[in-house]
Amino acid sequence: MSDIADRVRKIVVEHLNVDADKVTEKASFIDDLGADSLDQVELVMAFEEEFSVEIPDDAAESIQTFGDAVSFLEKAVK
Amino acid sequence: MKLRRVVVTGLGIVSPLGANVETVWKNILDGKSGAKKVDEFDVSDLACQIACRIPLGDTADGHFNPDDWMDVKEQRKVDPFIVYAMAAAGQALQDSGFEAKTDEQKERAGVLIGSGIGGVGGIYDASITLAEKGPRRISPFFIPGRLINLASGYVSIRHGLKGPNHSVVTACSTGAHAIGDAARLIALDDADVMVAGGAESPVNRLSLAGFAACRALSTGFNDDPQRASRPYDKDRDGFVMGEGAGTVILEEYEHAKARGAKIYGEVVGYGLSGDAHHITAPAEDGNGGYRSMQAAIKRAGLDVSDIDYVNAHGTSTPLGDEIELGAVTRLMGDHAKNVTMSSTKSAVGHLLGAAGAVEAIFSVLAMRDNMAPPTINLDNPSVETEIDLVPNKAKAKEINVALSNSFGFGGTNASLVFKKLN
Repeated sequence: MSDIADRVRKIVVEHLNVDADKVTEKASFIDDLGADSLDQVELVMAFEEEFSVEIPDDAAESIQTFGDAVSFLEKAVK
Repeated sequence: MKLRRVVVTGLGIVSPLGANVETVWKNILDGKSGAKKVDEFDVSDLACQIACRIPLGDTADGHFNPDDWMDVKEQRKVDPFIVYAMAAAGQALQDSGFEAKTDEQKERAGVLIGSGIGGVGGIYDASITLAEKGPRRISPFFIPGRLINLASGYVSIRHGLKGPNHSVVTACSTGAHAIGDAARLIALDDADVMVAGGAESPVNRLSLAGFAACRALSTGFNDDPQRASRPYDKDRDGFVMGEGAGTVILEEYEHAKARGAKIYGEVVGYGLSGDAHHITAPAEDGNGGYRSMQAAIKRAGLDVSDIDYVNAHGTSTPLGDEIELGAVTRLMGDHAKNVTMSSTKSAVGHLLGAAGAVEAIFSVLAMRDNMAPPTINLDNPSVETEIDLVPNKAKAKEINVALSNSFGFGGTNASLVFKKLN
């Protein structure tokens, strides 16, 4: 796992209060990790803060799983 | 339409003298004070540097552990007043033994919890975030976590209560208005059960600065916090802020009887009035408080001579205490010499929007135990009075009827009358 993935996982664990081993590549924030739509907005904000990037609203909507977040951020941070 | 009878069947509290009813009540009767120097943030430039703080720790020791009452993930999203409300409501429901299971039970049970100033701490923090980092850093939970009615919202969601969902914002009368209004909803057949009360988390730099600017806070006891809240004493110089929540379970009498509930007493009277005088100062003739008490006693179908105990608003401000005392004295007339009246704000401080609710609880407990709680720090009364102000030591006395007063900024007054069931 990349450094980015570790940082994303840490944010997800903190914000959603879930066990780290539940945060798998295919894990959906809403369906598997107990987030609601507001949690998801806050998660995206936390990613923006952590990685100093801006995630536009349409891109944010496409980030549904842990894997989506990691792959988006790996591209964005380069 | 005939009004239905409303009784109290559960109590819950989080306060500076403990986080469950029996712990708080014992500390109050023992004459303890919850005041301390604030050390969680910088107070060096504030006129008032003290407050009554909730003791954090294990629930089993009577201290407050928020994790026992609200999911950690949810706590992060809200101001503490909502967490306190969740704890007080959870305790009160446990105490009552009532649980809404069927659809009908759920739809006939509601929540009415208010707050005086709600999520001021969170608004303060978010303002700084906005100024320093811009609007994209404002959390989606900023609004729902600060709104005053979200205390009622969270409690309803947690316990599945789908009846009336309401809130009150009347400054320091909030808790009393919430209980009075909730009792009316039951009396008028809009609900069978209501979780009612108030919650407040005002201890932050912004609120301390704001209330001090109103000249409402004690400023002369920063090095001796436990002596600062001293209603009726000649050395009083303002109130001491407190934090916490109080909730009661109100229930229609036949509903409570049918399920064999423990009944603390009946809500027999509720009176409201406005001063129409000044935004922060009470009217000097005390007429507003006089009329709210009079209305509550009339609604109860009682006479002033039936009042055994008054839990005073008594905040320890130079003006307010004597005005209230004067109003009670005039209202009671010849009965004044038999009246016992104390201010529990001397012990827990002024819980603002939660004050009326925790004081309603103390009034109910005074009836249960036939014990009038003391007004601590009352060493030298500033005026002579026939009324027994219970200085420093709790007093055993048969208490069948208790009246609780709450008066708020804006000139808003509420009085509640509780009566033992025969």
